[in-house]
Amino acid sequence: MNATPLFPEWRGRDLDGILHAAIELLENTDFPTVKRWRESGGKVVGHFQVYFPEEIAHAAGMLPFKMRGAPIKPRQADSRFGSYLCSILKTSLELALSNRVPLELFVTHPICDAARNLAGVFGRNFPYPCQILYLPQNATSPAAREYLRGEYDRVRELCGEIAGREVTDERLRAAIGVFDRNRALLRELYAIKRGTPWLVAAHEAYALTAIAGLVPREEHNELLEAVLPLLRARGTHPQDRVRVVFEGGFCEQPPFELIRSIGRSCYVVDDDFLIGLRWLLEDVGTQGDPLDALADAYLNRSSYSPVQHDPRKLKEAMLLERVRGANAQAVILAAAKMCEPGLEEQVAYVHALDEAKLPYFVTEFEENMTSFDTLEIQLETFVENLLFV
Amino acid sequence: MDQTPEVDGIVGRGNREGARLFRLWFDGLGAAAEEGRDGAYVFVMGSLGELLTAFDLPMVFPEINSLQTAVRRQAHEYLNEAEDIGYSPDICGYVKADVATQRRGGMLPMGRVPKPAIAVLTNACNTYIKWAEIWERMYHMPTYVLDIPASRQDGHPVHRGAPGFERDRRYVAAQLRELIGLLETTTGKAFDVDRLREAMGHANSMSRSWKRVIELNRSRPSLFNALSDGTIYLGVCNGFRGQEAGARYFEELVEELEHKRAHGIGTLVDEKFRLVFVGVPCYPIFRRFTELFSEHGGTFVNSTYLWFASGGTNLGFEYDLKDPIESLAEGVLVGCSDAMDSMFFQTRALDSIIGEFAVDGVIYHPIKSCRTTSTGLADNRRALMELRDVPSLFIESDMMDRRVVSEAQLKNRIDAFFEGLQSRRQQTAAGIS
Repeated sequence: MNATPLFPEWRGRDLDGILHAAIELLENTDFPTVKRWRESGGKVVGHFQVYFPEEIAHAAGMLPFKMRGAPIKPRQADSRFGSYLCSILKTSLELALSNRVPLELFVTHPICDAARNLAGVFGRNFPYPCQILYLPQNATSPAAREYLRGEYDRVRELCGEIAGREVTDERLRAAIGVFDRNRALLRELYAIKRGTPWLVAAHEAYALTAIAGLVPREEHNELLEAVLPLLRARGTHPQDRVRVVFEGGFCEQPPFELIRSIGRSCYVVDDDFLIGLRWLLEDVGTQGDPLDALADAYLNRSSYSPVQHDPRKLKEAMLLERVRGANAQAVILAAAKMCEPGLEEQVAYVHALDEAKLPYFVTEFEENMTSFDTLEIQLETFVENLLFV
Repeated sequence: MDQTPEVDGIVGRGNREGARLFRLWFDGLGAAAEEGRDGAYVFVMGSLGELLTAFDLPMVFPEINSLQTAVRRQAHEYLNEAEDIGYSPDICGYVKADVATQRRGGMLPMGRVPKPAIAVLTNACNTYIKWAEIWERMYHMPTYVLDIPASRQDGHPVHRGAPGFERDRRYVAAQLRELIGLLETTTGKAFDVDRLREAMGHANSMSRSWKRVIELNRSRPSLFNALSDGTIYLGVCNGFRGQEAGARYFEELVEELEHKRAHGIGTLVDEKFRLVFVGVPCYPIFRRFTELFSEHGGTFVNSTYLWFASGGTNLGFEYDLKDPIESLAEGVLVGCSDAMDSMFFQTRALDSIIGEFAVDGVIYHPIKSCRTTSTGLADNRRALMELRDVPSLFIESDMMDRRVVSEAQLKNRIDAFFEGLQSRRQQTAAGIS
C-alpha cells in the first residue's frame, strides 16, 4: 500500500464532512485517486463489471480499479461502437481513451455479449494486455472449482509479470485478510441500511461503497471504520417511508442523482448496486491455498446477479430472499437501457413479484441521464399508492 | 443481374439438396412433436450433434427456427407476442420469437417443433444462457451449460500447445462426462461409445468438406454466395452434424463446387466485386438484401457467419476416434473458440481473407438484436482500415425486427458504396492512386 493516502480529504472531518468528501470523490470524473496512485509509480488493473478477484491485483502491488463507466461524454469512444449498446461500455472505454485512467492491464468478463467484446475493442486501441477472464458459467460442475483456480493462477502470473513482483501465496493471504475485513465492514454498512435506514441515505451508502473501487482496500477499510460508528450514532429519526429493494444495478450504475431521488421518497433497505464489490458473502479465510479459497468463495459463497448462471440461484427466488431479508415492502426493478441480461431478468422478476403479491416499480435508466423529474413523480405516485391504500 | 443458369444436374444441387434435407429434418421434428417425443434444444455454437445423435434425440435449433420466422416474414407477430408479456424491444429477437413459439406449443410457419427434454448450450453466446433459463422456468427440464473458455486475448487463440490449453480441455472433458450421465438419465438410454465414434466420424467428414467448400470460394469467379447459398449450407451443417446424410451432403457439395471451378461457373454471370461479410444476415429482407449487392455485380466470397454459425466446423478439425471423449472435448473447445474469435478478435482473420480471397470490399452489418456479433464491429472496421487499404461499408439493421430494417436507406448506402468501388477501380486503372 502507498505510504501516502490516496484519499486524504475525509480525514479529521465530522460525519457530514466525511460523507461530503466521499460524494465529491465519487463524482469527480478525473479520478484523482488513480492519478495520485500513478504519480507515486503505481500500476493499475482496470477490471470491468461485475466481479474480479481484486485480491490478486492487490497482492501484486497494483491498484484494482473498478471500471463502471462514468457520467462523461464518450467523445472518442462513440466512434468505436455502433448503436444499440448500453452506455457503460462506451464511457469505460472513454476513461481509457481520454487518458483519465491510464492502465497497465484491462480485464473484462463474459457477463454479457457486449462486455466480452471489450477485450477485442480495448486490445485494438491499447498496447497493454486486454483480456477476458472466463468465470465459470457452469457453477455446479465439480470441475469448475479447479478450472477457476487455474484461471486465477493465470491472472496471478500476468499481474506478477506486469508489476514485476512475484505474487506469492503469502502476499495473497495478506490481501485476502484486507479484503475480508472490507467485506465485513460492507456487510455492516448494509446491516445499517437494512435495520435503521434512516441513519444512512441511499446515496450516502452508495458513495461509501463505491469508493472501494477507487482506493486501495486498506484505505477503504479505514474510511468505513471511521464512518460506521458515526452513522450508528447519528441522531436522525425514522420517517414514514416505504422500505424498498433496488434491483438492477449490477453492472451499469444508475446516475448518482437518481439514487438520491429514490432516497428522498423511499428507504432503500437493500440493493444490488456494485454487487461485485460484495459478491463474496463470507470471509474467504487466510488459511490453505489462497487461489482455491477464492475460487471456492466465488462459486459457493457468493451473491447472485443476472449474469451468472447457477441453478442453485434462481434469480427471482434470490430477489424474494433479499426482499424478505431486508423486510422490504416493495421493489424497484430497474434495468440499464440496452442491457440484455437485465431486461430479460426483469420479466422473471415481475412474474415472481406478481405471484408473491409484492408491489414493484419498473424503470429503465442510463448513466448519462440528467433529468429525473418524471421518474421522481412516477415513483412518488407509486409510493403514495402504497402508503395510502 | 441474372444468376447463372443451371448447366447440368450437378450445378445447383447443393441448394436443392440442402432445401430437401432441411424439409426432411423439419418433418422429423414435426413427427416427434406429434408423437410426444421431446427433443434436445441446442445452439449453433457447440451443438454437440455428435453426442446427441448417439442418444437419438431430435435436435431443435431455436436460432434457426427464429430466423425462419423472419425469412418467412412472420417474425413481427412472434416479436409482438413476446413483447406483450414484458420482453423488451431491445433484446435478442431470436429469444423473443422463440418465447412466442413456445407459447404457441411449438408452432412455427414451417410446422411444429417438439418440447425440450433437455437443453444443451455453451457460453459462446451469453444470450444462450439467459434463453435456456427461460425454458427452465417454462418446462422445469434439465439444462446443461457446457462452459467453454475461449481465447483470452487477441492473438492468443485456443489450440494445442497454447498456454493453459490442457487445463481448458480437461475442464471441457469433465463437463462432457457429466453431460453424458445427464443424457443417460434424461433419455433412459445407456451411452454407447461406438455410436458416438460413428457420429464423430461423420462429423470429421463434414468438417473436412466444409473447410474445402470455403477454400474453394477463392476461385474467380466465386462459386457460391457466402450469404445466400452459405446460409443453406449452414442449415445442413447444423441440422445434420454427426449424421451420414450431412457428411454425404458436404462431400457432394465439394464435388459440385470443384465442377463449377473446373468449368469456370460462378455464382454470378458477371462478377465485378468480391466482398466479405461481417456479422449476421438481414433475414427480414433476406433475398432482397443479397440482391442489393448482386445487382452491382458484388458477391460475398466469405463471411464471419460461415465460421461462427457453423460452430467452428470451418476449421476442418478432425476427431481422434481412438479417444472419443477427450477428442470431442478438444474439438468443441477449439471449434467454439474459433467461432468466438470470429466475433471478438476478427481483425487478423479478415486481413488474411482479404488477401487470400482477393476481396474488394468489406461489409459490416451490425444488428440491433445481437450484441455478440455487433458490439465491436465499428472498432474492428477502424482497425482493419488502418491495417489494409480496402473500402468498407458499415450498415446497421437487424436479423429479425423489420421495425429497424429500412430497405431504402440500406440501398442508398450500398449504391454509394459501389459507386466508390467503381470509381476507385477506374482511378487505379488510370494510375491515379
